[in-house]
Amino acid sequence: MKLPIYMDYQATTPVDPQVMEAMLPWFVEKFGNPASRSHAYGWEADEAVTLARKQVATLIGADPREIVFTSGATESDNLAIWGVAQFYREKGNHIITLTTEHKAVLDTCRYLESDGFTVTYLPVQPNGLVNLAALEAAITPQTILVSIMAVNNEVGVIQPLEAIGRLCRQRKVFFHCDGAQGVGKIPMDVNVMNIDLLSISAHKIYGPKGVGALYVRRQPRVRLKAIMHGGGHERGMRSGTLPTPLLVGLGEACRIAGVVMATEQSQTLALRERLRIGIMSRLTHVELNGDLHARVAGNLNISFNYVEGESLMMAIKNVAVSSGSACTSASLEPSYVLRALGVNEEMAHTSIRFGLGRFTTAQEVDHVIEIVVSAVNKLREMSPLWEMVQDGVDMTSLQWAAH
Amino acid sequence: MIYLDHNATSPLRPGIAEVVFSALSQLTGNPSSVHGAGRASRQKLDEARRAVAALVEVHESRVVFTSGGSESNNLALFGVAAHRGFQGTILTSSVEHPSILSTCEQLAHRGMKVIRLPVDSAGRVDPADVAATLDKSTVLVSIMAANNETGVLQPIAAIGAICRQAEVLFHTDATQWMGKIPLLPDSFHVDLLTLSAHKLGGPKGTGALIVGPSIRLEPHILGGGQERGRRAGTENLPGIVGFGAAATQVKTAMTTEAEAMARMQQQLEDGILATLPDAVIFGNTAQRLPNTTAVGMRGVDGETLVMTLDLAGFAISSGAACSSGRTTPSHVLVAMGVEQEFNQSAVRISLGWDTSAHAVDLFINAFSRSVNRLRKGSHF
Amino acid sequence: MSYNEKVLDHYENPRNVGSLDKMDAQVGTGMVGAPACGDVMKLQIRVSADGIIDDAKFKTFGCGSAIAASSLVTEWVKGKSIDEALAIKNKEIADELALPPVKIHCSVLAEDAIKSAVADYRSKQSQQAKGV
Repeated sequence: MKLPIYMDYQATTPVDPQVMEAMLPWFVEKFGNPASRSHAYGWEADEAVTLARKQVATLIGADPREIVFTSGATESDNLAIWGVAQFYREKGNHIITLTTEHKAVLDTCRYLESDGFTVTYLPVQPNGLVNLAALEAAITPQTILVSIMAVNNEVGVIQPLEAIGRLCRQRKVFFHCDGAQGVGKIPMDVNVMNIDLLSISAHKIYGPKGVGALYVRRQPRVRLKAIMHGGGHERGMRSGTLPTPLLVGLGEACRIAGVVMATEQSQTLALRERLRIGIMSRLTHVELNGDLHARVAGNLNISFNYVEGESLMMAIKNVAVSSGSACTSASLEPSYVLRALGVNEEMAHTSIRFGLGRFTTAQEVDHVIEIVVSAVNKLREMSPLWEMVQDGVDMTSLQWAAH
Repeated sequence: MIYLDHNATSPLRPGIAEVVFSALSQLTGNPSSVHGAGRASRQKLDEARRAVAALVEVHESRVVFTSGGSESNNLALFGVAAHRGFQGTILTSSVEHPSILSTCEQLAHRGMKVIRLPVDSAGRVDPADVAATLDKSTVLVSIMAANNETGVLQPIAAIGAICRQAEVLFHTDATQWMGKIPLLPDSFHVDLLTLSAHKLGGPKGTGALIVGPSIRLEPHILGGGQERGRRAGTENLPGIVGFGAAATQVKTAMTTEAEAMARMQQQLEDGILATLPDAVIFGNTAQRLPNTTAVGMRGVDGETLVMTLDLAGFAISSGAACSSGRTTPSHVLVAMGVEQEFNQSAVRISLGWDTSAHAVDLFINAFSRSVNRLRKGSHF
Repeated sequence: MSYNEKVLDHYENPRNVGSLDKMDAQVGTGMVGAPACGDVMKLQIRVSADGIIDDAKFKTFGCGSAIAASSLVTEWVKGKSIDEALAIKNKEIADELALPPVKIHCSVLAEDAIKSAVADYRSKQSQQAKGV
């Protein structure tokens, strides 16, 4: 078994060797600019872009003409939300999203609030899922857009996309879905789910960093204002030279995802459950964050009560995971996603996200179980909180002075 | 096939592909992650940042990585404009890249005043025009360093000095200039500088905006706080690492390459004029990049000429490689007062780090043969 | 975030983890921080009859730097008089462990833990003196 073990597949994924293989020639001998119309270098690059566009479209049941290439899901989220808001601002100025969305969505919404829009940040249920009745009630005649992610990046919960899409379509509100963690992991069909705009990231599905896409529906047509202006690439929705090798990588990553998704996800789920049960059956005072069933196969998010997350990460330093602990974020605040699920600050500090994926093995999972269990036990021996619990102190009765 | 379209995109310099591949396969971590894999990625990101900073001799904290030259231009203009509440005047030229011109249109829609300064027949902005047009309402001057279609250099040192004296921010799009001639933003009084990796032999999909030390600008892409809050989104690590390696190479090779290219440019233009004495080199009275030659001839359609040359094994361009299927005449040549017939005939030959004198000879031959053949078949 | 070697050393081989009898009149117990803030430090000192700290133990819930800072102060206070222990400043702890700015609060917490442990010891002593 190779160390360190990578279990942070929600942060980014390694590039699949097949994807790499597909990209290489486009870095070297086939280096043309796909916008060059006057020579073979440009034409072959353009053909590659056309194929990539088709591969992305196929994975989500879309038409290739509905795919706009971007520099990544963050840009796609910005383009979808800002672009639709600006284009339809005469029609309405209200946007609905969730408190657990990615920062790319939340920060764009916040910006729009300073520009005359009203945004409803819907709370989620303790399992991380949207309350559909609350969503329906939040829609007003002024609402132009609902932005709800497919799969949460921290807790992996899968939102009820079909139901959300149906509701939005009924109420004639556009539905944007941040699919960065969902596309390629769960079956996503823009028509079945009535998704009008879908953000896609390559590096979360074993493609390269620095590239993504936005699906923009043509029937009924969704229009948006561009953020990136210039030569009018991507039908005016996104200017800038198309990075052929990256697009080829995204296309190939989508193609592979389409082929392997069903088997891969059931394998990953089996490993995830092995990890979950392995850890949770051997430790007390551990809690799963987010719904167990409406959850993407590769995500496990656990709070290890009385053990601070960052110190646990240090203790298992041969395993790459992430933590909702404040100590691992620049903001010094514990995870806002966990807080939105009603997880208290103390428990948020003790959370670890294990991200499993294409290259995770059972052997790695077993090793991780062993070292996590022993590290938690060791750290609990060092934890004054654990000591108090063992002594029968009622932790909820204690008053702590904030410092 | 001989590739003479480096202004559209340049092949990767030697060794860069390996650097990019190794980053693609080895740097699995997200630079924002705190674990070992993330830290390894962060370290490579920082190294690349230092390499790009070294190319333009600025502190690394001034490098903001973007998805490319177009985004850098958008960020420079929107970033400054948004910080000023979309008020005031932006001064630019009529020969800028579309990413500047269309961004300016957007800013005009948002209520800003945009002044597009004219150029002379050689394609140059007159610094005196800049000085005369600047006023208290001016928040930014954006004039490109070198034109992508003609290679004509703008007097950016003079414009920079004027802006500095007037305390107005100066942005220059150095997408085409960088890699061919050294450009140090601080000695040119440039506050914001656009760089593109793939035009200097680095990978596509990455670029940078060099931002002056005390300049505040609003981010254009939000959510995530990367690049010190100036550009959100997971960094295109292999691209950036390749950019860094290309920057290091450019830094040492630039002067020698520029001399070699200048000799070949002379050879090319002498060769063309010797066989086609009525050909016109656009902007030839101005200082130009040592790699770019835009040429026009009566009685030849530029599109047809590049197609003919493509069949003969030479890749050149009939104008800017930008959006798809553009048949409108070049706005650059229009601004220079080039008459319609010449404009339609214009082709651009752009040399690069891998061009040889022998290739230029072969090209001159093919070029004059193609032109003569087309002329025989035309109405002239 | 990269850790300094000393932090790693204290984190991986923490000195003086454990507990002293908190009912012992010679033992002072300090507990500072809050779980919601992500760190709680418990520092215990045992003071000999001649006023010298002859043992110290800690337990800490917190990040690697918090654990290292606690471990370090247990080493530092041992063999010192109470006044000498009180003279330990957070800056010395931060410097010794080369803590980055975001981790300075860990050293502040460690200094507070010493003060709190000493205060507990003194209050016990004065109560004993009063014959309570």
